[in-house]
Amino acid sequence: MGRYILQRMAYMLITLWVIITFTFFLMHLMPGSPLQNVEKIPEELQEAILKEYGLDKPLPVQYVQFLGNLAQGSLGYSYKYDGRSVTDLLMQGFPASAQLGIQSIIFGSLVGVLLGSIAALRRGTWVDNTANVISVLGYSVPSFVIATLLSYYVGVKWGILPTGLWGSFQHTILPTLSLSFLVIATIARYIRTEMLEVLGQDYMKTAKAKGLSRTASIGRHALRNALIPAVTVMGPLVIGLITGSLVVEQIFAVPGMGWMFVESIQVKDYTVIMGVTIFYSALLIISIFLIDILYGVIDPRIRISGAKE
Amino acid sequence: MEKQNLLEVRDLHVSFKTYNGEVQAVRGVSFDVKKGETVAIVGESGCGKSVTSQTIMRLIPQPPGWIKSGEILFDGQDLTKLSEKQMEAVRGKEIAMIFQDPMTSLNPTMTVGKQIMEGLIKHQNLGKDQARERALEMLRLVGIPSPERRINQYPHQFSGGMRQRAMIAIALACAPKLLIADEPTTALDVTIQAQILDLMNDLKEKLETSTILITHDLGVVAETADRVVVMYAGKVIETGTVDEIFYRPRHPYTWGLMGSMPRLDLSREKELTPILGTPPDLLSPPKGCPFAGRCKYAMKICKQQMPETTSLQESGSHQVACWLEHPMAPAVEPPVEMVGGGSK
Repeated sequence: MGRYILQRMAYMLITLWVIITFTFFLMHLMPGSPLQNVEKIPEELQEAILKEYGLDKPLPVQYVQFLGNLAQGSLGYSYKYDGRSVTDLLMQGFPASAQLGIQSIIFGSLVGVLLGSIAALRRGTWVDNTANVISVLGYSVPSFVIATLLSYYVGVKWGILPTGLWGSFQHTILPTLSLSFLVIATIARYIRTEMLEVLGQDYMKTAKAKGLSRTASIGRHALRNALIPAVTVMGPLVIGLITGSLVVEQIFAVPGMGWMFVESIQVKDYTVIMGVTIFYSALLIISIFLIDILYGVIDPRIRISGAKE
Repeated sequence: MEKQNLLEVRDLHVSFKTYNGEVQAVRGVSFDVKKGETVAIVGESGCGKSVTSQTIMRLIPQPPGWIKSGEILFDGQDLTKLSEKQMEAVRGKEIAMIFQDPMTSLNPTMTVGKQIMEGLIKHQNLGKDQARERALEMLRLVGIPSPERRINQYPHQFSGGMRQRAMIAIALACAPKLLIADEPTTALDVTIQAQILDLMNDLKEKLETSTILITHDLGVVAETADRVVVMYAGKVIETGTVDEIFYRPRHPYTWGLMGSMPRLDLSREKELTPILGTPPDLLSPPKGCPFAGRCKYAMKICKQQMPETTSLQESGSHQVACWLEHPMAPAVEPPVEMVGGGSK
């Protein structure tokens, strides 16, 4: 197991390095420069500024310098927010984004598992049909549309919850709901399909033959087996949540990292773009790693294959 | 009578609703299981033997299946009339079951120990530690080496034979009065089959559990059963002790079963005799004897009316449902290679 983790860590670092390299060069391919309204700035001043930030050097040199700084743990300083380090900015946006992400994935998974299980157990009834409609909607309607609708109806028209900004738990409800729809839909679909499959398995008959009640046999035997494929889609779901949060944070004016990312691209704040990219990539890579570990926890057959018995 | 009946199945009818109509899987099955006895139910695929056994434990999915009529008296109590809640107290505690395929009958995500302990905790009100002790004892009893290590392992770490041993441990953990083994050796290879049968014979003597053994392997029957129930197309066509069925079978279908079994005492050049044809469609079962269409000795009456069950001697242990037993029927002797079963 220890060897497996070390090996995975190495792969994770390589993945991250590839992402960094691609983003670095692609970012510099974008038209324009960090300087706004270039025509109004005198040539000498432009050069001085570029020199100041090290942008006058050839790209490969900048790349090597960037990697060197990164190895020492420095992401550099923001161009836009003068004198503020990227790490500092990230730490400022991180708590809000993390809270939204974690809340959405937990709420979404719980509701999804519940909805999917009930749909499978009440197959063909109105409950099942409703769950199916919710799944299809959650799957096909992008989170920003849901966010806009929630913001308009719940926030503006009915005035139940705040439409934006950050502060109390109430501020987090609408963005969490918008983000969790995709999670609910995906998990519910997987759980429903798998639950139907599991309910027909021989070991469910064994459980019944032992004298377990239906509730006990579903809770103890069916659910865990039905969870296995749902766990495998958690990786793509985390990606969905992260990309979704970029827009949803804008809609609800959440001072998170998604908002920071969009802004940094608009003003070509190179260091911040790199910082946020690295951060998101690392988050994603680590999530996938954790999901693989979780997969082993739920399915003992996977767990063993990593280690020698 | 020397021994009391533990289980009496009386005129049991079970049907399944399908897209094409009602499949009458079990059509009036009656048989008894005495205390401490092993009764084998034999017959080809689809003859209703598994449905019968699962109906006893009320394990058939309802819907689409349902018990149309009949009684299942277990210790004098009619199981068909119990509520689902009352059945839960019977399943696993009074009647336990071993299934055909040990590869799929154990939950892959739960340790074997926990799967044994589950029934104990539910039925015998044991605490976790006591249940664990008892589970260890059961693993030892079914011959699983180093049970202390095995108890924490998952089914995929067990071989096929070991899994079936674990299934037996689960089934016998609460010391049930009746064990139903639904083709317990079919999915195992031959050497393991012998081991599992030996184990079951052993445990039967030790624990005095009555057993219903469902199988289509007559070799298994000869080795383990006291009495045999031969089923065909949802009906019991012949019952008797193992000796009666193997040495003096009376129903042409039973002759056919014997004839299709490899024998050591007959010339090797002699080919096995299959039963030609296929069993009737249970969506619309025939009016007369269901075997008439495949029977060499079929008479006119066979296709028109189901024969009554005839007892062959006073004790009534050997019974057969065949028109050939009628006083007016011609005397027919079975072909020599089909009787006098060599495996007994």
